[in-house]
Amino acid sequence: MATKLDDPRIIEFDVRTDEMLVNMGPQHPSTHGVLRVVLRTDGEVVSEVTPHIGYLHRCAEKIGENLTPRQWIPYTDRMDYLAGMNMNLGWALTVEKLMKLEVPEKGRHLRVIIAELGRIASHLVGMGTYGLDLGTFSPFMYGFREREKILDLFEEACGARLTYSYITVGGATHDLPRGWLAKCEKFLDELLPVIDHCHELLTTNAIFVRRAANIGLLSPEMAIAYGCTGPVLRGSGVDQDLRRDGEEFYTQMYDGYAFEVIVQKDGHYPKDHNYPAVPNLAVLGDCWHRFYVRMLEVMQSIDLVRQAIDRYSTAEGSYGEPVKLTEKLPKGESYLETECPKGQMGFYLVSDGTPIPWRVRARSSCFSNLCVVHELCRGCLIADVPAILGSLDIVMGEIDR
Amino acid sequence: MSGQAFVDRLKKKFGAKITGAELGGVDPWIEIAADGLLEICTYLRDEQDLRFDMLNCITCVDYFEPDPKKAAKVTWQPHLEMVYHLWSVPHKRSLVLKVMLPRWRDDEPGQLPEVPSVAEIWPTADWHERETYDLSGIHFVGHPNLRRILCPEDWLGHPLRKDYEMPLEYHGIRGK
Repeated sequence: MATKLDDPRIIEFDVRTDEMLVNMGPQHPSTHGVLRVVLRTDGEVVSEVTPHIGYLHRCAEKIGENLTPRQWIPYTDRMDYLAGMNMNLGWALTVEKLMKLEVPEKGRHLRVIIAELGRIASHLVGMGTYGLDLGTFSPFMYGFREREKILDLFEEACGARLTYSYITVGGATHDLPRGWLAKCEKFLDELLPVIDHCHELLTTNAIFVRRAANIGLLSPEMAIAYGCTGPVLRGSGVDQDLRRDGEEFYTQMYDGYAFEVIVQKDGHYPKDHNYPAVPNLAVLGDCWHRFYVRMLEVMQSIDLVRQAIDRYSTAEGSYGEPVKLTEKLPKGESYLETECPKGQMGFYLVSDGTPIPWRVRARSSCFSNLCVVHELCRGCLIADVPAILGSLDIVMGEIDR
Repeated sequence: MSGQAFVDRLKKKFGAKITGAELGGVDPWIEIAADGLLEICTYLRDEQDLRFDMLNCITCVDYFEPDPKKAAKVTWQPHLEMVYHLWSVPHKRSLVLKVMLPRWRDDEPGQLPEVPSVAEIWPTADWHERETYDLSGIHFVGHPNLRRILCPEDWLGHPLRKDYEMPLEYHGIRGK
């Protein structure tokens, strides 16, 4: 008997699938560094995702137990290498908290300028590469082009483009050069239309929305239980930003600054910048929302840098307190978390009274953000895995330390 | 709520399982016994006015001085300290818990000291505890998947112990 094309036996043979283990990475472009993800798939559907980390393990904590805090600052640069300034700041504040050292007002405003520029630079990469993960190339180029301009500014301030070691214990290594503020303001003016352009290319792009919306849902309860922080947490609708809610030792840096924490709440955004509300497909806590928080945070940081420039140029005093390279640390311990672009970065320092810390610990935001990935990827398609990983904006240097 | 009042409240509830507190330093901390850890952590997470629902960090600090000259000067006995940094999202407060452990179980070198796993209470502890096991050598009882996370599976020793020595060779790769 001849079989017809719609014979169930033929169809069954054609679409029959088997369970398979697929390796993604450690050098796949969408794994943002050296992450290896093992997928258990059945056809196109992913049933289990196991991330393997450790390919970039550089023993930074162990090195920190053999160097003085100021000597360890270059190692913080190399953790989150896309936002080295913010990492410098986190470690410097932890040491200052232990030493009970107050940075002069001018130094604090200088730090706000630098840290917020670092946040913009990091988010530009996060947004750009996320577009790349989902198949758009132009925003990636535009994002990197603008980032280069920030790196030019940083190079002028401290001489390095990637590993700055600029913000240090007591303040900064030196003051901003003459004429730098004017260049910075000019750059901020030029940045706005580019962000609008990226917005046109990504947020209102039907393909982008389809690939990011309603994928990788992270409920607020799960985000908190898994210790997710930063844009991942705020993309799930939890109202927390350490620049406002953190320890006073950190928040005093932002005293008097006007800014509103960007939290995703179905369709209601603070300072919407005339961007349209959420597309109909998007659900709170999906990839699209995490991406959108970053986009709005760039706008917010531009505003914060402008405010900081005003304050810095009128502030009296010095940009920092002099601290010796081998300054003795007081006995005790301190833990401080700061709001880095990727999330809350915590440093823990135990001192026994010598210049070299007894224990140094870095609690990285990406480490916690990545450990939720097996929950997000359950039952998604293979093509969604890069979309979910990209929306977490991970940097492997921070995870493996 | 002030520090001492909070410690008193915990002492009233858990009695001898709260073994001490240090409220004077930069970061005040409360010391608890290892066998009360799960009970106390569940209480801290679920109580309405505490709600420490986020676990920021798990750290292990090794108090051991390998150099005998320096060891004669130190004031502490060799031990390990587990440090838990908690954070309450609704109340924006932090809390530090400590658990003191011997360096080796039953003082037998090579036997990892044991502490109950809090991965059931905060799922994020899963990875943090794996890292602590990997680098500091603590056995977490009840952990769903206690494997090395940063070092290779067949790595020997725990690198953040103060008496750890780099292996001379690993799969034909020279160390030291």
